[in-house]
Amino acid sequence: MAGQGGGADNMARLMQTITEKYNSICFVLQCLYSWHLVYHGAKHKQFPKRGYLLMVTIISKMKTIAVLIAAVVVTCLGLQSPAMADWSPKKPIELIIMAGAGGGADQIARLLQGLAEQKDLSPRPIIPINKPGGSGAEALRYLQDKAGDDHTILVTLNSFYTTPVIQQGIGVDVSNFTPIGRMAVDNFVLWVNSSRDDITDLDSYIAAVKAAGNTWKVGGTGTGQEDSILTAMMEKEFGYDVTYIPFPGGGTVAKNLVGNHVDSTVNNPAEQNEFYRAGETKPIVQFTAERLPAYPDVPTAKELGVDMQYYMQRSINGPPEMSKEAQDWYIGLFKALFDSEEWQQFCTDDGLACDQWLAGDDLGTYHQEQIALHKDLIESVGASAITGE
Amino acid sequence: MEEIVLHLIGGLAEAMQPLNLTMIVVGCTLGLLIGAMPGLGSVNGVAILLPITFLVPPTAAIIFLAAIYYGAMYGGAISSITLGIPGASTAVATVFDGRPLAQAGHADRALTAAAVASFVGGTISVVLFTAFAPPLASFALKFGPPEEFALMVLAFATFIGLGGDDIPKTVFSILIGLVMASVGLDIISGQPRLIFGDIDGFLHGINFLVLAIGIYGIGEMLWTLETTRGEVMVHKVTISWQRMKHNFKDIRNYIKTTSMGSALGYFVGTLPAAGATPASLMSYGLAKTFSKDPDSFGKGNISGVAAPEAANNAASTGSMLPMITLGIPGSPTTAILLGGMIIWGLRPGPLLFTENPEFVWGLIGSLYIANFATLLINLAFIPLFVKILTLPFSILAPVIYILCVVGGYAPTQTMHDVWLMLLFGVVGYLLRKLNYPVAPAVLAIVLGPLAERSLRQSLLGSHGDVSIFLTRPISAVCIAIAVALICYPMLQKLQKRRRANAGTGSG
Repeated sequence: MAGQGGGADNMARLMQTITEKYNSICFVLQCLYSWHLVYHGAKHKQFPKRGYLLMVTIISKMKTIAVLIAAVVVTCLGLQSPAMADWSPKKPIELIIMAGAGGGADQIARLLQGLAEQKDLSPRPIIPINKPGGSGAEALRYLQDKAGDDHTILVTLNSFYTTPVIQQGIGVDVSNFTPIGRMAVDNFVLWVNSSRDDITDLDSYIAAVKAAGNTWKVGGTGTGQEDSILTAMMEKEFGYDVTYIPFPGGGTVAKNLVGNHVDSTVNNPAEQNEFYRAGETKPIVQFTAERLPAYPDVPTAKELGVDMQYYMQRSINGPPEMSKEAQDWYIGLFKALFDSEEWQQFCTDDGLACDQWLAGDDLGTYHQEQIALHKDLIESVGASAITGE
Repeated sequence: MEEIVLHLIGGLAEAMQPLNLTMIVVGCTLGLLIGAMPGLGSVNGVAILLPITFLVPPTAAIIFLAAIYYGAMYGGAISSITLGIPGASTAVATVFDGRPLAQAGHADRALTAAAVASFVGGTISVVLFTAFAPPLASFALKFGPPEEFALMVLAFATFIGLGGDDIPKTVFSILIGLVMASVGLDIISGQPRLIFGDIDGFLHGINFLVLAIGIYGIGEMLWTLETTRGEVMVHKVTISWQRMKHNFKDIRNYIKTTSMGSALGYFVGTLPAAGATPASLMSYGLAKTFSKDPDSFGKGNISGVAAPEAANNAASTGSMLPMITLGIPGSPTTAILLGGMIIWGLRPGPLLFTENPEFVWGLIGSLYIANFATLLINLAFIPLFVKILTLPFSILAPVIYILCVVGGYAPTQTMHDVWLMLLFGVVGYLLRKLNYPVAPAVLAIVLGPLAERSLRQSLLGSHGDVSIFLTRPISAVCIAIAVALICYPMLQKLQKRRRANAGTGSG
């Protein structure tokens, strides 16, 4: 039934647009009519032809007719506009993705867009835009410059916290951003190509990396991204040194592991899962508190005596100084998406944790904690370890 | 092989179902219009229309989006040829020769060539796709950063090695393009570079379409204004059966470059992160290098229209390969298609072929049908498009200016890019006056970021050792071909001189 309601609602919206458009059509026709008067009527001192008058009358009445039809459609079907608060978007919403196409953030943004569209939750379209430059610096700067804008939102990775710390030059303070909602917490797993028969567990992995010296290549999504932090944490913990190579997006990282162009990665489950199912890559260790249901046989680092856990939030945030009404509207929108069956199913399939919804100020507090945590992390491993300089 | 044929017949039957067939025809027509609007390329088209597809089953949905993608690839050629503004980034190379042909009154010939070349490119690539998808997917996996960089070197070589042009000026033009390509945030460390103090607009780099529209749209108009003073420009083009028949006979003149462009386009398209724009530019460069008459390129050679058009359509099919088999988009448009597939509950990856065969083969089947549909729709519309050129210059010029401004604004939606576009227009006009080739600069700004990324990734991996490009077989082959391409025109010149000397000696 939801689909049917959505269709009818679309119709009502279409009628609304038509009535809006009539304003301009009427204007143009009236201009034409006055032009006619000036050039013909005035010249020949003739009264304008009846046909013209009739046409103009009908056209000006058409607007009322269209409004009436729209009203009838809406009332007949007993439908209300989907707005959940006083504010609702007036133009397309830009959903900025701070990473490249095909990666985890990208997949999530497009799924959310699709679901919002399918369930007809937003009166205006949501348009995902990738701004992957400089480990998300481009996206953060873009959002900062959009201060006060109610039609731009950002889907984040942890580089939301790290990039402003590592790249002081961009001059972004994310604590000014408007927190909307946390959609999921993503996990990290260490992956190697399945052709590496010599690597079966964490110990043999460490041995292989040490044997390779700094020619061991780890693929990641960019300096300051979460995988580079996790890589730096591992370097520090296990006392080895690797070469970190950035690629545009987690999908490309995964592909380069399959093609043996890098030796290991710390991809999110979603990025490697299809290759894992096809037998191309294998997980070695999980950086989670508990084993993920998707990989029941893969140990966590904690089980192996190395308490290394790292998570990545996937949240939606607005630019600084977004209006309160707009923030409330977006919280309603994303809460509805979070609760949807499809989203929860996606989380289960992709090894994301989606059991706790955080919104508004609660998310703001969470951001503060995470910023502090990441500052400590960066300090302890050293920014240079992450940037590879 | 038998299995493939059976699957294919199933796929064609799937695509011929009424709903799917309607999707193909509607999608192709919409794509055509979307592609023809400057600044509104297949990316925007697919993104805008994606939500509509939630109303139909996944197979019909992907068929619809793929048809739009296809249609837009051709549609870009229409504004490139008739107005001289690249409708989409993939159609920039089509302007090089399409515009001069239109100005000489051969717009119908150029449009026919574009349609036929697109059809051939699409068909060849879809046949390749059908027969060799799995081996090509594993070949694409062999492409790591060093191979990608070698391929970029090869692409540059196709442009440096252009026989007729002034080589120092070509090099200069490439370098200017490379400098512009490095504007923005550093891809490895994320630090801002060359942003002229602190101009925000430069942070996202210089959009290639902004440059192309400026140089070809605005620059070309300024040039025409100067040379004609706005007096001429009404092209007399009449379409008759006779003429169309003649246009079809023309095919044998460019069938060779078309087939070459198709194969190249398909191959470049299958590599993740390359896409149709580099493919079309490389195809143009190769067509010129191997032409018997390289000097006529850029002045209205029909092969110069056919080569890029064949390549961009072939590449659009090719880029579906990494999307389906690896879950990695080969172009920005397939990135959006990929998002769509995830929403429909399909997981692109190595298992999609075996787990969802009806979906994959339905898509492949629809590509065959979409090819035919686009060709027919295009040919039917040619007389209409040609009519655009009969408009007087006083109407056409303002329309072109407006379309340029819209096209400059659309990709990033910032006024900064509009100003930049106008600036490039003036610069393009000056370069043309000073007889600098601008096409190499356009190529450089497309390939620059790709080349830089793969170069730095390779060198990071090899710890600064350059020999990595020569020790890996695929990249070594690419580099060797590149060197050969650079030497080829020099050898040709030498040979010509020797022959001329021999001629004077005997005479």
